[in-house]
Amino acid sequence: MLLMLIRRVLLGLVTVCIVSLIIFAGVEILPGDACTQFLGEYQADDELLAQCRKDLDLNRPAIDRFAEWAGGAMAGDLGLAVDGKTKISSIVGDRLQNSLLLALCAMGIGVPLALMLGVITGLCRDRMPDLIASTLAIFAMTIPEFVSATLLILIFSIWLGWLPGIVLTSASAPAAEFFPEILLPVIVLSLVMCAHIMRMVRSSVIEVMAGDYIQMATLKGVPYWPMVFRHALPNALLPAINVVALTIAWLLGGVVVIEVVFNYPGLGRLMIDSISDRDLPVVQSIALIVASVYVCVNLAADLLTMLANPKLRTMYTRK
Amino acid sequence: MSKQPFISVKDLSVGYNSRSGETIEVLRNVSLDINRGESIGLVGESGSGKSTLALAAMGYFKRGLRALSGSAHFDEIDVLALDRDELQKIRGGRLALIPQNSGQSLTPTMRIGQQINEALRLHSKVGASQFQSRVIELLAQVRLPDPTALITRYPHELSGGQQQRVAIAMALAGEPDALLLDEPTTGLDVTTQAHILELLRELAQERNMAMLYVSHDLGAISRVCDRVVVMYAGEIVLTGTARQVLLAPRHPYAHGLLKSIPRLNQTSLPLALDGRPPMPGEAINGCAFADRCALVDEKCRTTPPDLHPIPSGENVRCFKSDMIADMPALNRKTGQRNSARSDVDSAALGLESLAISYEKKDWLSSLLTPGAKPQPATVDAINIRIQRGETLGLVGESGSGKSTILKAIAGLISPKEGVLTLHDNIILTPRVEDRPAPTLRQIQLIFQNPDDSLNPRHTVAQILAQPLRLYYSLSGSALHDASVDLLERVRLGAHYLDRLPSQLSGGEKQRVAIARAFAAEPEIVLCDEVTSALDVSVQAAVLDLLDDLKTQQGTTYIFVSHDLAVVKAISDRVAVLYQGRLCEIGPADAVYEAPFHPYTDVLLGAVLEPDPDIAPNLSADDVVELSPPAQGCCFQRRCPRKLGEICDKETPPVRELANGHIICCHVPASDL
Repeated sequence: MLLMLIRRVLLGLVTVCIVSLIIFAGVEILPGDACTQFLGEYQADDELLAQCRKDLDLNRPAIDRFAEWAGGAMAGDLGLAVDGKTKISSIVGDRLQNSLLLALCAMGIGVPLALMLGVITGLCRDRMPDLIASTLAIFAMTIPEFVSATLLILIFSIWLGWLPGIVLTSASAPAAEFFPEILLPVIVLSLVMCAHIMRMVRSSVIEVMAGDYIQMATLKGVPYWPMVFRHALPNALLPAINVVALTIAWLLGGVVVIEVVFNYPGLGRLMIDSISDRDLPVVQSIALIVASVYVCVNLAADLLTMLANPKLRTMYTRK
Repeated sequence: MSKQPFISVKDLSVGYNSRSGETIEVLRNVSLDINRGESIGLVGESGSGKSTLALAAMGYFKRGLRALSGSAHFDEIDVLALDRDELQKIRGGRLALIPQNSGQSLTPTMRIGQQINEALRLHSKVGASQFQSRVIELLAQVRLPDPTALITRYPHELSGGQQQRVAIAMALAGEPDALLLDEPTTGLDVTTQAHILELLRELAQERNMAMLYVSHDLGAISRVCDRVVVMYAGEIVLTGTARQVLLAPRHPYAHGLLKSIPRLNQTSLPLALDGRPPMPGEAINGCAFADRCALVDEKCRTTPPDLHPIPSGENVRCFKSDMIADMPALNRKTGQRNSARSDVDSAALGLESLAISYEKKDWLSSLLTPGAKPQPATVDAINIRIQRGETLGLVGESGSGKSTILKAIAGLISPKEGVLTLHDNIILTPRVEDRPAPTLRQIQLIFQNPDDSLNPRHTVAQILAQPLRLYYSLSGSALHDASVDLLERVRLGAHYLDRLPSQLSGGEKQRVAIARAFAAEPEIVLCDEVTSALDVSVQAAVLDLLDDLKTQQGTTYIFVSHDLAVVKAISDRVAVLYQGRLCEIGPADAVYEAPFHPYTDVLLGAVLEPDPDIAPNLSADDVVELSPPAQGCCFQRRCPRKLGEICDKETPPVRELANGHIICCHVPASDL
């Protein structure tokens, strides 16, 4: 077990290192650098550029600068934004918090709802509740987020006037102030993720319910609901862990479209803004954070699967 | 006292609605009575409706199936009229099922203790405080080792035999009056099967239970049943006492079924039962068996026979039950089998001190567990020379390394040590990717389960075209002609070319797999349990086909099977393996007669013959060993003839007897 854990953590670290290298290299090979960008609007001459590069220490070999950047990132210091003043960690920190808030709310609604609907549709296969929920899920999956977002804004904030259609709170405000503005984006996100997870859980429940051990449990005299909860669900929900993890990673990685539509100050919008501002250090940092989140969430999901699945658990604990 | 039998099924028909809306019958007017203390065997090919009948007796129908007419009573309760809640009170309690595949029938996320506990809570009268001790008692009753430790285990941590015992313990938890057994020993090793059957026999007698034993294995049936019911195409065709049905069957189907079983005391191949049973829904005008029957006449094709009593006491659904005794009993090719063997001493394949290990070491585990001793190799010290045109049988229980050796020959795993030679002069490179095409062509592999080895989306034509293109660069009409020729050699017609595997029966699929192997015109064909997934009657036909192909082409076979009788029927020489080590090798007749290696003796003693007069001779327990011992004889821990320390410490000597018969044992051959 310990061996496996060490192996997976090492593997995760290697992944993050490679990703950071790729990010750094990608920014490096783009034409121009921070100085051409920063001084671009002043029609800078060569002298000014040289001075700027000296100031920003851009003349050293890329490998040295990478080592410094990576070292700083590991210590939590992501360096300075392209304006040379603002600390990236403070801009990104707020945005990360906001993204987390959005993700947590969406998960809190979406995951339980998805599991419940998945189980119900799986048990009522091909009957009314299944047909209705499955059809709706297909709609939720196929309609692009910005369309459903716009529709919801139209219905709930323009026609009915129940909820604000856009987020006006500033990025650094405390979490509580985002309510009720956050509700519409949360609903849109929940819809999309719920549909994905539900369909997976449904097919998993159907497969398990057709299995030999469910037939055996029935012929052993176990009543229906205890059979579903004790024999079927622990097995049927195992594969859901990884799908949920992927969805969470997707949520934390910045849901760019939704954040832009609702003007929500999260990581995704910061990413878009930084790209259009050519603020490469910030883009670099966000990419690194998103990559780490993916690695961590997947690692957590794998560990959870291993703990929840006796076959995997005993493989490492009993020899 | 009840007047009705304990379990009573009357004129039951079961069916489903096809896509076109017709009702298709799977069971037709079946009646079956079982009294307390009686055990009845239900026999038939797959698809004959035997499991459906057993489950219907519990009021259970698989998805889509339903009772069309008739009744099923258990202790005068109409199980077809009960609602779900009332049924659940009986199921697993007074009426318990032991399933076919316990590995898949135990819930993987629940501990053994929890699963038996659940059965106790639902059905037992003992108080909750006694559950724990009762679970341990039940596990001990089915003779599982160390029951206290076992209750915290998960099903996957147990061997197949142990899982089956847990399923039995779970059925006993409800203190049943009747047991339904759905092929409870199919898929188990011979020794395990024999032990489980003995256990069931004793339990049935002890508790005076009614037992319905569903199986296609007549050997197992003969061991546990008083009466036997034979089913064919959803109908009962013969009922009688076990002795009557197994020794002098009075229905041509039962006769054919019995003759298709290979037996230890026969040297010839069993007689194949040609044709296939009608599919459910297929129109049957006369007798359902008419198309496969040697005694068929005009009446059989037009008038369906009734199940009627005959003077000797059985009930038979046949017009000609008095003519069965004159039917052929032996394979027409008896005695010709060995003629193909070449007497020229030229080796097809040589295995020299072959050792194979699955253990993989990586830097991290060796860093964290320094000094860990490497496990003994899975397969070790195998020296076998296989002559051209010879059939070598490899037998042993699961885990004996039989399939591993085949994989190494095929190049699918690299041996740790040893050399493989083709024709004494070509050294086979370990990995199949490195072998040149001509060498690849010469060695072909046929797998156990054609469902897994044939691509379900390829037609038979596509499946056969692959080797023909690869090795002979055939295309167009030459490819088509070669494919048709191959199909004819495996006794299938050209019209099979456009079919997909799902449109073929089990036997037909395996024939296609055989045709694919023979498309390469190989010299050596490796057969990995090729008949284990097939019905006995189909198995006989496949064995017959393999033998014909060998006679025509002088092919060399390595035939792996856990069924000793099958191996004896097809092999010239037999090698007995235990834990990846060779115990005994020699001409088939010599291996199956004294002197035996103690392990061969144990294996042969556990074989169940379809004859109620032959009892198995169980001399060793059926404990499953997971890895071979580090030193000494591989069989030391289970050997009934163990001498003492010498067996634990020293590798047994290779004793050569007459005719190349070799036994690896410390006990002198004269004492074996």
